[in-house]
Amino acid sequence: MLDIRRIPLGALLGLIFTALFLIAAVFAPWIAPYGLGEIVGNVWEPGSASFWLGTDNLGRDLLSRMIYGARTTIFIAVVATALSFTLGAVLGFTAAVAGGWFDTLMSRLVDLLMSIPTLIFGLVVLSVLPTTIVTLILVMGILDSTRVYRLSRAVAVDINVMDFVEAAKLRGEGRAWIIFREILPNALSPLVSELGLRFIYAVLFLSALSFLGLGVQPPAADWGGMVKENKDGIVFGIPAALIPAAAIAALAISVNLVADWILNRTTDLKGGRGNA
Amino acid sequence: MPDAAAGRDRPESLLEMRKLRIEATVYPPGEDPKNITLVHDVSLTLKRGRVLGLIGESGAGKSTIGLASMGYGRGGVRITGGEVVLNGRDILRAGSSTTRKLRGREVCYVAQSAAAAFNPAHRLMDQVVEAALLHGVAGRAEAERRAVALFRKLSLPDPENIGRRFPHQVSGGQLQRVMTAMALCPEPDLIVFDEPTTALDVTTQIDVLAAIKEAIRDTRVAALYITHDLAVVAQVSDEIMVLRHGRLVEWGGTRQIIKEPRQEYTNALVSVHEISHDEQQPGGTPFLSVKNVTASYGGGLVKVLKDVSVDIFPGQTLAVVGESGSGKSTLARAITGLLPPEKGSVTFGGRKLGNRLSDRSKDDLRQLQMIYQMADVAMNPRQPVATIIGRPLEFYFGLKGAERDRRVAELLEKIEMGKGFADRYPAELSGGQKQRVCIARALAAQPRLIICDEVTSALDPLVANGILKLLLDLQKEEGVAYLFITHDLATVKSIADSIAVMYRGEVVRYGQKSKVLSPPFDAYTDLLLSSVPEMEIGWLEKAIGGRRMASAGN
Repeated sequence: MLDIRRIPLGALLGLIFTALFLIAAVFAPWIAPYGLGEIVGNVWEPGSASFWLGTDNLGRDLLSRMIYGARTTIFIAVVATALSFTLGAVLGFTAAVAGGWFDTLMSRLVDLLMSIPTLIFGLVVLSVLPTTIVTLILVMGILDSTRVYRLSRAVAVDINVMDFVEAAKLRGEGRAWIIFREILPNALSPLVSELGLRFIYAVLFLSALSFLGLGVQPPAADWGGMVKENKDGIVFGIPAALIPAAAIAALAISVNLVADWILNRTTDLKGGRGNA
Repeated sequence: MPDAAAGRDRPESLLEMRKLRIEATVYPPGEDPKNITLVHDVSLTLKRGRVLGLIGESGAGKSTIGLASMGYGRGGVRITGGEVVLNGRDILRAGSSTTRKLRGREVCYVAQSAAAAFNPAHRLMDQVVEAALLHGVAGRAEAERRAVALFRKLSLPDPENIGRRFPHQVSGGQLQRVMTAMALCPEPDLIVFDEPTTALDVTTQIDVLAAIKEAIRDTRVAALYITHDLAVVAQVSDEIMVLRHGRLVEWGGTRQIIKEPRQEYTNALVSVHEISHDEQQPGGTPFLSVKNVTASYGGGLVKVLKDVSVDIFPGQTLAVVGESGSGKSTLARAITGLLPPEKGSVTFGGRKLGNRLSDRSKDDLRQLQMIYQMADVAMNPRQPVATIIGRPLEFYFGLKGAERDRRVAELLEKIEMGKGFADRYPAELSGGQKQRVCIARALAAQPRLIICDEVTSALDPLVANGILKLLLDLQKEEGVAYLFITHDLATVKSIADSIAVMYRGEVVRYGQKSKVLSPPFDAYTDLLLSSVPEMEIGWLEKAIGGRRMASAGN
């Protein structure tokens, strides 16, 4: 039912680039020309036939580290976003449907969490807890879920008063059916558009944490950490720090192109038939 | 009335459409986009000061033709052929500066839903005089004076000051009249009325209708009056044009169309309400009794039901009639448990039902099903028909897989729709089909009572008729009882066994249909009965003259 010729150009570009990033992430050990921590040349060598993107501040191959970095960055961002959406959407929908004290309690709790700047909150928590990938994901996921919570609650409150939800309640449906079968499919459009955005925020947040030294720990590579490692080179006209930054930007744009396209499709009320 | 158009050259006919063709692009499911023709070479002539009624079901092209009179195509609709000659010039070829000058100056438009057509952020007066100011017809002071005079003519309350209110501060019927004032303010040559009374209660409709008729007569403006209600159009127009699928069916004088229709389709429209249903005697004991129910919103602040008692007998229909705000729908909410009553009780099969939804057993819930007014929003737009109808089967009876599909097919058959509809989404159904699917969903639960909340009021008369017939047939087959909430007395006459008339939260008249509908009447029932438009010229004047009380929604 999906006709490749009918995908708009922007979405197609987005799909291609997202796919490239994903392939790089999944098959990193097979694609990367050198090892992750292998020192293969001089410090900050320019691009050449053997090192396509040059080398970094320790003489490691930048392309290999970019590929391994894609793996860490995308993996953490995907899992953290998934966590934040599951948590935020389920709690947000439940608050909207249940109302009453649950709604009040959850909403005030979220307000409380949101009143503390995310980065500072993250810094405090991460400097207390041991910095492992699991804590990173949990901290990022939970902090981000507050935004998702507010959005899903706002969307669900509107849907909850529609006649078809009332019909389901009159039928005696349980809360799970109402949330997942009546509300969720109708709340998908704003959530998907938020998903693209939130994923990128997760990448940026992770990069910021790594840049500050609290994210992914060396020698593991991630794009934010690589910017940090190579930032001193900028003074000498070495572009090594700009390449991971550019990769973050490219990922951000391509993911959102795909999200927008999915959004167009999910808003269609005719099951994707007809005017796609 | 000063003649604003004196300087213009004035041909005898004001508006002439010749072989008007209007097309649009549609996107049918599973096919490539294609062009369809909405209006097929329709021609009409309208003389100055005359009123032409355009009538037909939805999709007949009435509104499209109405809007074409000002050179406008709504929502991607294209005028592809023919000419529209207004005041002696073809406006389709005249370019945008001419159309901009004539809209709001020579032709004005009165929309169906005044509530949606007014900008809620501006005061009424600013919106009423806007067109007159924009076209330089009058200065602000002069325009406002005209507006106040029009408010008075349209019998709006407090004409001096009503313009200072915002749209949400006046009732629906008043807003519709303000919109008529807005159309009349720049003293146009032609007004297009697009179903101006369809969204109103019968008791309010009659006032608005009388006001519009009087205003047309006094200002000698010409009008295109678009509606699907032949009885309404018969009151205001000189001529009637019947349309169907964008083609002209019949065009003639009002008297000829309603008394001696020449075409079969016109005949069907004229005789639409005649459904025969023999009243059943309330045999045995009622299975559902509402006893002295009082209910309110906002924690006791607004009492909407006062001491209401009604009984429903197995396999029979109780119609609850009244205007908006009389508490009809609240009664349904109290019975279903959505709004727990403050006092009184609902008894079902000798047992008292829990006041709240959560206090009722699954089987109690199954026995009471509901069909809503707006079928659009009563179905989850993301679920295909098979899921919508299949869910109650799965939920109440545990039917799964092939067995469920078989039963869904059976139910689709019952509502006179084929198997092919099972995987359609609600957006792919017509209004009548949507309502049928809602009926099937209610039937799937095999209930003893179905509450029908204004189920036909959003539908065209012919489609509504089909739904009513279906409901009656199903009642015979399944022995289900209906609680039928409506403001349309014609519907009541055709399907009810007993009737409860509600007014401001109270049941003012209750009993068997034949008793309720025979004199002597109380004042309110009389008002309700006399407000139902009859297909008879001169009915409006007679009805207004004979009224004993003013309507509450006015």
